[in-house]
Amino acid sequence: MKPFRKLADNRYAPFYLPVLVLVLWQLLGQYGYISTRTLPTPLRVAEAGIALTRSGDIFRYVYDSTLRAGIGLAVGGGIGFLLGVVNGLSRIANRYLDSSLQMIRNVPHLALIPLVILWFGIGETAKIFLVALGVFFPIYMNTVHGIRSIDPGLVEMARVYGLRGFAFYREVVLPGALSSILVGVRYALGFMWLTLIVAETISADSGIGYMAMNAREFMRLDIVVFAILLYAVLGKLSDTAAKLLERRLLRWNPNYSKV
Amino acid sequence: MSTHRIGARLHIQSARKSFGEQEVLRGIDLTIPAGQFVAIVGRSGCGKSTLLRLLAGLEQPTGGELTLDGDSLGGHPNGTRNDTRMLFQDARLLPWRTAADNVQVGLRTRSRERAIEALAEVGLAERADAWPGVLSGGQRQRVALARALVGEPRLLLLDEPLGALDALTRIEMQQLIERLWEEQGFTAVLVTHDVSEAVALADRVILIENGRIALDVDIALDRPRERDSGFIHFEKLILDRILEREPAEAPRDRKLSYSI
Repeated sequence: MKPFRKLADNRYAPFYLPVLVLVLWQLLGQYGYISTRTLPTPLRVAEAGIALTRSGDIFRYVYDSTLRAGIGLAVGGGIGFLLGVVNGLSRIANRYLDSSLQMIRNVPHLALIPLVILWFGIGETAKIFLVALGVFFPIYMNTVHGIRSIDPGLVEMARVYGLRGFAFYREVVLPGALSSILVGVRYALGFMWLTLIVAETISADSGIGYMAMNAREFMRLDIVVFAILLYAVLGKLSDTAAKLLERRLLRWNPNYSKV
Repeated sequence: MSTHRIGARLHIQSARKSFGEQEVLRGIDLTIPAGQFVAIVGRSGCGKSTLLRLLAGLEQPTGGELTLDGDSLGGHPNGTRNDTRMLFQDARLLPWRTAADNVQVGLRTRSRERAIEALAEVGLAERADAWPGVLSGGQRQRVALARALVGEPRLLLLDEPLGALDALTRIEMQQLIERLWEEQGFTAVLVTHDVSEAVALADRVILIENGRIALDVDIALDRPRERDSGFIHFEKLILDRILEREPAEAPRDRKLSYSI
């Protein structure tokens, strides 16, 4: 057992399994155990990726998808944050708004796709609307929760020191709710890509989802698999960005600062 | 911070406070001259913290009148006056601001230079850029003291600020508060349940019992105070009154819920 334990200490240890799977997949495909109609080999997928990079198509598709995701996140996240701040601070606003919002939250937003297509057609607006709706709730919920859980001792301290209005918001409310809001952002990023994939698969004339659906019609399985990998990479990238943001913004918190 | 200014004169006339059915303060009459250091002692729930919160403007009295230099405190329903600062039992620093930034909260001008000066006064200038999370309990309370004093208050309210500290840190903090009070001349009102702390720091000790003033003693001892026979005399006088002990009689059937 000793060599195994030694290997586990290697910094590349987490990559052993994926590499093993890739090699097996390649061998099984190459010797015909897996039909290329079921799953193309990793090398074929890589070739498809290289071809798409050469032609430059890939950059246009990734750009279009990222732009949609970004606009949707900004719109939905912005509204969610604002409503979260209002409902977190004001008991009255919360009484009027929260239960209606909770009702909407319980409708799966992807179930609205037929309605959204009828409203906005199949253009950009429909996809941005869906993404915005998807990211709204995680950010809204976590902002309200973050503001509600601010230490009442600090709120009282702010009263003693005359922190009111915007100063109170800047010094106490926002930083106090931030760790919770960032959890909301990470959830929202997950919903963002999920929603976009579905929306682009249903109707699009550009983007990664369009690329995959187009490839399906020509039975280009290698491109389909490559598109799926692209989504995985983009999802991982945005999660890492959120993590870095967390570490930067919450560096005062001993639970986050890893020195 | 070296400017010697005059503390505020406090006048409290038949102040009452009820929370629903429960009457916590049943008519307090008290005049505190400018610059005096007053300690308020009493058992838990006697209303001493409530009185302090009235002075801080965090609660409004149900009846009676509280004035600061003849200016009614009822006229500031929005919180605390600019010339009044409060030190809480927990330091209540903003955990997302460095020590210096926390002190700046106490300054209208937000001058960093003045904040560092105030930190130097409490011996923490070199920790100016430390997060509160890495400071010890005593250091946090010193930052809170710097924050309270940097705005040059005329009235400093202390709500058991040393209760959570260990014995040695506590003595250091007592000496620090005494020194800064002597230098700056503000009026100080300290709420504590530690009688010896009250005797060590205050010019005058007030005992509150069931929402009324039960005892008002001037501590006629020189500063800095030693734990000599005079000190023990005052300590015993107040403690006996709190525990309702007849002098020189051992309490046997009384339940002692008093804690130091």
